[in-house]
Amino acid sequence: MAELKLPVSEETIRGLEVGDFVELSGRMITGRDAAHKWLMEEYREEVAPFMKDSVIYHCGPVVASNDDGTHDFVAAGPTTSIREEPYQADVIGRYGLRGVIGKGGMGAKTLAGLAEYGAVYLHAVGGAAQVLARAIPRVERVFMLEEFGVPEALWVIDVERFPVIVTMDSHGGSLHDKVEEHSQEKLRELLGFAV
Amino acid sequence: MGEYNPWVGGALMDTSANYTETFLELIRRASTELPADVVAAIEEGRDAEESQGLASIALGTILNNIELARENSAPICQDTGTPVAWIHHPSGVSTRRLKADFETAVREATARRFLRPNAVNTLTGSNTGDGAGRGIPFIHFEEWDGPGIEVRMILKGGGSENVGTQYKLPDAGLGAGRDLDGVRRAVLDAVFQAQGKGCAPGVLGVCVGGDRVSAFEESKRQLLRPLKDSNPAPELAELEERLLREGNELGIGPMGFGGATTLLAVKVGILDRLPACYFVTISYMCWADRRAAVSIDQGGDVTWLS
Repeated sequence: MAELKLPVSEETIRGLEVGDFVELSGRMITGRDAAHKWLMEEYREEVAPFMKDSVIYHCGPVVASNDDGTHDFVAAGPTTSIREEPYQADVIGRYGLRGVIGKGGMGAKTLAGLAEYGAVYLHAVGGAAQVLARAIPRVERVFMLEEFGVPEALWVIDVERFPVIVTMDSHGGSLHDKVEEHSQEKLRELLGFAV
Repeated sequence: MGEYNPWVGGALMDTSANYTETFLELIRRASTELPADVVAAIEEGRDAEESQGLASIALGTILNNIELARENSAPICQDTGTPVAWIHHPSGVSTRRLKADFETAVREATARRFLRPNAVNTLTGSNTGDGAGRGIPFIHFEEWDGPGIEVRMILKGGGSENVGTQYKLPDAGLGAGRDLDGVRRAVLDAVFQAQGKGCAPGVLGVCVGGDRVSAFEESKRQLLRPLKDSNPAPELAELEERLLREGNELGIGPMGFGGATTLLAVKVGILDRLPACYFVTISYMCWADRRAAVSIDQGGDVTWLS
């Protein structure tokens, strides 16, 4: 399994292919439904430096807030990515992201965006909130906590050997498209339709 | 306490009792400890997958995660879902008080981080912050003849809730008429549409019949059944087995990575329907099939159920 340090170069990202296992180390940011809408309403200068050449993690964590004002992630698996499909490609382009972590895969617009800007879709194991929280030793800071609440805030986190699988690459490859195609053929067969 | 009379049942219970502590422990168990039959089904799935493949790695990570959550008494999944409970109670017990105790338990479980603050105001977008909100938790009450209280609950995550769906038959596109073969077609289509997005491998709760509301409730109630039980109606038992087999033949696999384990179980219930309506309603439960149950007897003693 290859270790990949964040921030990461476009060249390294373009070297990844569907099916690759990667362990991420370095700084990344979380963002999901409210965040993606907010990121596209206008250019958000305050969070931009945390996104450039890094990745956004579709995650709504369970968070422990400590007396000294710091935070820890208690449970932190991925949320379903497809809800960000209307925004994702534009968020990647506007903020210079090199990747997206989530679950369930994304659609054609994002796949085209990955190719255009040089980025990948990284699939974490859905529901593996404990395994993944352990790979997030430090929460650096948080944006929009008051406005969006704990799950939807943008958390800047440090990760160590955070395990993901490349399921959409920057060459138009998508494991999700392949599995969907195969399962559609199988479905037609089971329903007695001409394949 | 004398002989139990269901018509005055509650009078034999301590009606001033507070069940918050018991409900809190019930919620903690649901969020952090996966039932043994679910773990066994995931293990079976892992053993059936090609070793070192993506499916096997995903299921291995899931099993590791289940263990960590249990050891640390921490949520299996960060989306701790909607708490949905079915409470049976004797006559005379106040359902308003039971509801208040359950809501207090949800708030306490959220403060202790067994639950994520999961209730968002739909108008303002703000999070209530304490886990409770309009319609959350969702509790179904039913009076019964039993002398005590039984609570069965699930935590239903949002990703899997989003892939739940409802068909009305006939459906020409699926070649689905108003019979069990039509039901089979609708359910297989739902599994295909869900792909890995509901956190496969999933458990399906299905209701055939009913109206648009009652059917969703029944489909969720089906999720309370042990995975390996057998439907008492032979034609439904056969349908469940076939759907499990054919659902897995779709090859969607864990997380939609491709593989042999797409479903862990299929449970089908029926409700009567209007002549004009024939609904097939599907609730998809993720692999983190979090259910827990407790019974509280007349004396207040608590028994944890599987």
